[in-house]
Amino acid sequence: MADNLKCSICNKEATVHLTQIVNNKIHKVDLCESCAQQKGVKGPEGFSLADMLSKTPLALTPGEAQDVCPNCGQGTADFRRTGRLGCSECFEVFKSLVLPVLEDMHAGTTHKGKVPTVALRRQSSKIQLKNLQDALARAVAEEAYEEAAKFRDQIKVIKEAEKLEVSPK
Amino acid sequence: MIESLINDDRAELVQAAKKAAPVVLSTRIRLARNLVGAPFPERADLFQRRDVLTRCTDQISALPQMDKGTFLDISDLTELEKQVLVERHLISRELCDGEEGAGVYINKGQTCSVMINEEDHLRIQFLKTGFNLKSVWKLIDAFDSELEKTVDMAFSPDFGYLTACPTNLGTGLRASVMMHLPGLVIAGQMERVIRAVNQLGITVRGLFGEGSDASGHIFQISNQQTLGESEAEILERLANVLKTIIDHELNARCKYLEEHRAKMLDQIGRASGILRNTHVISSDEALNLLSYIRLAVDFGMLPESSRANVDRLVIECQPGHVQYAAHQGIEPDARDIARANKLREEFANLPALAFDKLEESE
Repeated sequence: MADNLKCSICNKEATVHLTQIVNNKIHKVDLCESCAQQKGVKGPEGFSLADMLSKTPLALTPGEAQDVCPNCGQGTADFRRTGRLGCSECFEVFKSLVLPVLEDMHAGTTHKGKVPTVALRRQSSKIQLKNLQDALARAVAEEAYEEAAKFRDQIKVIKEAEKLEVSPK
Repeated sequence: MIESLINDDRAELVQAAKKAAPVVLSTRIRLARNLVGAPFPERADLFQRRDVLTRCTDQISALPQMDKGTFLDISDLTELEKQVLVERHLISRELCDGEEGAGVYINKGQTCSVMINEEDHLRIQFLKTGFNLKSVWKLIDAFDSELEKTVDMAFSPDFGYLTACPTNLGTGLRASVMMHLPGLVIAGQMERVIRAVNQLGITVRGLFGEGSDASGHIFQISNQQTLGESEAEILERLANVLKTIIDHELNARCKYLEEHRAKMLDQIGRASGILRNTHVISSDEALNLLSYIRLAVDFGMLPESSRANVDRLVIECQPGHVQYAAHQGIEPDARDIARANKLREEFANLPALAFDKLEESE
């Protein structure tokens, strides 16, 4: 059995067998002489298996559904080939592909750090503002002036809050 | 283009006045950030890249931390200028080799640089000499929070800060500490250390990052994982590993000195002799000899104040810096002569090695 192992990169006969434990998970890989050399397994700098695995592109499985990000046009095959995402919207589209990659790569799969509270509040107030402005336009068109005044006040409140945030102390 | 930067003697990494620390040369932290909606640099076309570049430079230039800072468009720089900035760790190779529509903002003291359109839209970096993870984090956190007031950062509650490569997701934080580890190298323990820290999710690289060798006994040690832990947890874990490495390094030095005292002193003496008298020297050899001089400072054989000079020379002996100082493109042979001239001049001002001080320090 042992002599049948194939290099996980080029499929030649594997002569280098590596096992590394990262985060209590066992990573195993079999490599041929030249791929091992190329990946720096024997280099003086040491070698991280998780690092290598994360940079090794995965082939598209035959019959796999092709998703395309509506925002930037990146497809499943692009992600498989480069291991990278095309834009912030890609994360929704390729979520099911990204998640398993993260398990081997990181200490966990959910964010525990800093949150850009100010930027997020501004983004959500932008959306809110847009909705209110639409509602205001609708109310004016329908001549519902009482409603319109209400929307106008709400818009004012959001705009005032934004000004406070941006202006220096 | 970059003359004022290079000749500024208050630049963090090359100023002689700053106190340098034993074992740890410098601390760097970088944050990867992206704008909502805009395609990441690799996916973007030139028009989109230019748009992101303009939007970001406008916002960055308005920050108080960037007062009197310099913006450089990568396509305006010569190959030599790029190399000099890489040697100073202010920009990356990837930024230089990338497509048009990329640039870097560098602050006055050269402690902060923001690369635009590298792998991510923004790569914010702060660096300081010595072992300073906490204070560097405070600086970069404040900068990032300030930028967030005007820039819509791509963020998801699950994945954290969104980055082009999943390896940077979450905090987008990579902290790198530059360490001088001659004791571990001489004792042949470095490989074991590297293997051990790899298992803890910590990476060890040479002086100039991925693929560079560890000349001058200098190693870059950084966290590999960015997701699943908070910034404070990542930094604490890294700091603990680094403290252990520092202990091992100091032990290895003591042990070597105990067992091979004459050999150690001989190596330091020879290094000083060559550096004072060399007329032709490669950057590799210079770096390795400077390593012994730094060790001599740590042993008390040279005044503390000379450590910062050694650290400055490590950078100024790099090929780009030597060529830049010569004000012309010079061949490698001439470069080795120019480097030797500089080292001789610098070492003429250094006091003689106080071999007797070593006795006292024990």
